[in-house]
Amino acid sequence: MEDNVILRVATKILTPYILLFALYVQFHGDYGPGGGFQAGVIFAAGFVLYTLIYGLETARRVLPLKFAALCGALGVLIYAGVGIATMMKGGEFLNYNYLDSHNAEHGQHLGILLVELGVLTTVFGVMVVIFYSFAGRRDIQS
Amino acid sequence: MMNHLPVLQVIIPLLAAPLCVIVRNGQIAGVIAVASSWVSLWMAWKIFQLVQVAGTISYNLGGWLAPVGIEYRIDTLAAFVLILVTLVGAVVTPYAITSVKKEIDESKESLFYAAFLLCLSGLLGIVVTGDIFNVFVFLEISSLSAYALIALGKDRRALIASYQYLIMGSVGATFIVIGIGMLYVMTGSLNMADLAILLPELPSNRIIPVAFAFLTIGVCLKLALFPLHVWLPNAYAYAPSAVTAFIASTATKVAIYMLLRICFTIFGPDFSFVKMQLGAILLPLSVIAIFSMSLVAIFQTNVKRMLAYSSLAQIGYIVLGISLFTNTGLTAGILHLFNHAVIKGSLFMALGCVMYRLNSVDLESMRGLGKKMPLTMGAFLVGGFSLIGVPFTAGFISKWYLIQGALEKGLWPVALLVLMTSLMAVVYIWRVVESVYFSEFGGSDADEITEAPLGLLLPTWALAILCLYFGINGTFTVLAASSAAANLMGVGS
Repeated sequence: MEDNVILRVATKILTPYILLFALYVQFHGDYGPGGGFQAGVIFAAGFVLYTLIYGLETARRVLPLKFAALCGALGVLIYAGVGIATMMKGGEFLNYNYLDSHNAEHGQHLGILLVELGVLTTVFGVMVVIFYSFAGRRDIQS
Repeated sequence: MMNHLPVLQVIIPLLAAPLCVIVRNGQIAGVIAVASSWVSLWMAWKIFQLVQVAGTISYNLGGWLAPVGIEYRIDTLAAFVLILVTLVGAVVTPYAITSVKKEIDESKESLFYAAFLLCLSGLLGIVVTGDIFNVFVFLEISSLSAYALIALGKDRRALIASYQYLIMGSVGATFIVIGIGMLYVMTGSLNMADLAILLPELPSNRIIPVAFAFLTIGVCLKLALFPLHVWLPNAYAYAPSAVTAFIASTATKVAIYMLLRICFTIFGPDFSFVKMQLGAILLPLSVIAIFSMSLVAIFQTNVKRMLAYSSLAQIGYIVLGISLFTNTGLTAGILHLFNHAVIKGSLFMALGCVMYRLNSVDLESMRGLGKKMPLTMGAFLVGGFSLIGVPFTAGFISKWYLIQGALEKGLWPVALLVLMTSLMAVVYIWRVVESVYFSEFGGSDADEITEAPLGLLLPTWALAILCLYFGINGTFTVLAASSAAANLMGVGS
């Protein structure tokens, strides 16, 4: 795609909006359709588009494989970490009521937000790792 | 902290898995895996004690009460299986540290431990949860990581084996989720205890029997009962040694646990065994499995494959016990579930030691190994005797109960078959013994083959000693199994 100016420019314009839309889906997940999984996929789709147009080499300089794998692991830790935090505060695993000691409702809000953030991180990371693995085939080992 | 044990049992390995990915170092990941699996074993023991005193314990995730929220529910059977899974996990992880270094690429070591821990936490989750959809989720966690673990085998055929397992396993999981969907449509509930109350109240209809059929067939695929077993031998034969030892002694056993849960807890013994006559289907299938798979095992030249076929026969024994639908039969099934896991674990780990030194487990290449690796082959011998069911080994006790259960029902041909197939086990174990102890060492590099390193021997012998211990003092296992069986046969709660 090196010489295809229209695609290159369009991708440059679109990518930030795709990422932004992913965040919209993420934060709107509390009130309407959406949430961490969808947001993670859309966020990863932004990078997939970028990789398709600018090539794997460039994409992996922007977002290294190691970082994507780290995201995949980190998200799970965020999710389970919220559960551990609620246990530390005296509630059951993932009982968000205990997150805010004054207002249970705020606790629920905070809890679902953090958990969805964990989902976003993992889904995004794993999507990118899978895409890189298929796109890269052999050189992924290095 | 004690009241959080049910969830911590699942969460600790689940948390340790991403940590392994983050550290990206095989050594540290190995230490994390060992530590978390030992903590899991300790927790399983605590839970077992708790259940003995307090009866069934229940835990509401996120504080949402039972029929709506996800409930973790542990009774005697669950606690017993928890001990089994964590015990095998705790023995295999230290074994893996040495074994994996030889068999798996260094860059993938930390990922191996991550997948291993995910598999462990998935299996524990299936046992702990009281929510049927949650069972499916954990089943997928454990299965997907198991596919990845098997594919890590050095032999390229491991990829095909893993792919075959993936296809068959996914078919099984799909069947299970279709069954769950039907139950949900009919009752509007996913909680097992709630389903047990709601199902008998429904007017008679066709959907519930169909759901039951989907669930049992799906689970039978996972536990590799006779006509649905084709994925198993290759998967066991080509997986890395530590993986074979772990998966052979836990994955199919947890699937059997699922079968028990579905038949006894959700649908209730009356529906499953009286109305649907499940016993009449399982009994012939398990008899065929025992006989044909023992026969096939005799003709294998790869010892790992031979043991895989023998596993299929042993699964037949377990299902046979369940299909008898008596207290004794069920006790025998649950008892053999535990004992067989310990036996097969020790056998596969001994073979892993052989693999470590010889890079092969062919009968031919193992000739004369008894003198070169006496301790390894000693452990193999103990496991082998136990598999046959020689007195004072674990296998004897479970077969004793099985025969008793068959005779109680007046099924003396079945009892005879159990005895006869035990003789077939003598044949295939003897083939190894003959090659190992009664023939000269064939390889050219005779001096290089020495005893396996201590890191492999200690865990192997730990399980081998347990084989003997549970054979001499079966109080713990028999009591746990019989109280679990009584629990299941009772009200079905």
